[in-house]
Amino acid sequence: MEISRVVEKMQPSGIRAFFDLVLGMKEVISLGVGEPDFVTPWQIREAGIYSLEQGFTSYTSNKGLYKLRLGIHRYLKNKYGLEYCPDEEILITVGVSEGLDLALRAIINPGDKILVAQPSYVSYGPVTELAGGIPVYIDTTKDGFKLTPKLLERHIDKKTKGIVLNYPTNPTGVSYRRKELEELNKILNKHNILCLSDEVYGDLTYDFKHTAFPTLPKAKDNTLYFNGFSKAYAMTGWRVGYVCGPREIIAAMTKIHQYTIMCVPITSQMAAAEALVSGKRSTEQMKREYNRRRLLLAEELNTLGLKCSRPQGAFYMFPSIKSTGLSSMEFSRKLLEEEKVAVVPGTAFGPCCEGYIRISYASSLENLKEALVRLKRFLEKIK
Amino acid sequence: MDEILEILEKDGRASVEDIAKMTRKKPDEVKKAIKKYEKEGAILKYKAVINKDLVKDYESEVRALIEVNIVPQKDLGFDKIAERIYSFPEVTSCYLISGTYDLLVVVEGKNLHTVSNFVAEKLSCLENVRGTATHFLLKKYKEDGVILKHKSHKDERIAISY
Repeated sequence: MEISRVVEKMQPSGIRAFFDLVLGMKEVISLGVGEPDFVTPWQIREAGIYSLEQGFTSYTSNKGLYKLRLGIHRYLKNKYGLEYCPDEEILITVGVSEGLDLALRAIINPGDKILVAQPSYVSYGPVTELAGGIPVYIDTTKDGFKLTPKLLERHIDKKTKGIVLNYPTNPTGVSYRRKELEELNKILNKHNILCLSDEVYGDLTYDFKHTAFPTLPKAKDNTLYFNGFSKAYAMTGWRVGYVCGPREIIAAMTKIHQYTIMCVPITSQMAAAEALVSGKRSTEQMKREYNRRRLLLAEELNTLGLKCSRPQGAFYMFPSIKSTGLSSMEFSRKLLEEEKVAVVPGTAFGPCCEGYIRISYASSLENLKEALVRLKRFLEKIK
Repeated sequence: MDEILEILEKDGRASVEDIAKMTRKKPDEVKKAIKKYEKEGAILKYKAVINKDLVKDYESEVRALIEVNIVPQKDLGFDKIAERIYSFPEVTSCYLISGTYDLLVVVEGKNLHTVSNFVAEKLSCLENVRGTATHFLLKKYKEDGVILKHKSHKDERIAISY
């Protein structure tokens, strides 16, 4: 059977083989995990269990439970002063991943270009291609992994339809201050480009207050705001995310959603609704814990000679390993084989990321410290 | 609460160096702050939380929660009589509480007999003690925020993901 040519072309296989190597090995200390090490707070789990006991096992509205959309409406209003109508401007999706897929499929016509700043999360480009669009990658490695107005302007042309922005960023932990976002927004406004703002790590911002993109001047009508429950409430496995935006785009996305997904599982939606009611304290506690690990790790990595700036959000660091002379893949493979520590080679996040690795500090302090001991030993060995 | 205390409350063995890195302070500053807390009594002591069910040679003890009704003393209120009670080594905790009785006293002893002896011969006979109700503890599930169940901390996540 001939496979779709777009699919055939997708995703370099080298990374997959490395992942398989990690998964096949026992007793690995993994700093390669892209999800919280906490379990979902009990009151949220309990809400899911209770909903099952009560017999909530049916479909929900395509858009998602009204109770949950209302909760999201309130959350965004309280936190950012943002107003989205729960009836027409909010859609509950299977994580941010589904939301992005829907959005790209809903807006792209053949040949439309979507900008993606790299290093970036792995799905943006492939999903754009699946939707018939052309991803245009912007290399930010020389600008501290940050998209600058200059870089942005340089990559825009007549076919540019949208940009996927993700901050705090997976894999670098970099985030933007309000002023920086304003500058970017001015340019997007000028060229009438839709901003797909993936802010799933927004609640995990450490050094300054997170700015939601649609709160910028004249941004709301030209932004799709993506968020979810996975990171802030440690709910990755529940698969709940949401998109807020202009009603005509949300309506178009809902069309695709109703044919492909129907609705997000009701148990997960019930639990997510509870997270909005009572989860704030748990999020704060987890954030404090991540912050401590972040500060410790940033300092230790620099001491070890792996240059890395202190990330401002999420739970990732993206140190340079160029001083070792090894490629990202060689470094990661050797570290795994010799010291049983797993990290993700930078090249997974774009070809421009050669010479970097992603380290996740969503791992207990105990694990992090043991990993640092092994990393130190490893670096001395390969000197 | 100061973050130093927050870290130590979770892990009394956290080193000064690590605390300094985690709070972006100088090690000397952290050391000084801890000394000060110790001196002022904010940090009383460092101890291990032991799940005695899992200690092989541990001679099991009986614990009882005792509700005590007392007659407060003029000028001194409950404090003086509480002091007389909590000074007994058998008493591991003692709280003044609101409600139908006044003090909640936690007593530990070798067996049922020693605990009831303590209640009958020491506690009840105190002048100012009007009455007691003793509840023997059957099983401990959670203590001071720690769930007393041995869990191997297996990471259930897939070992590598984006």
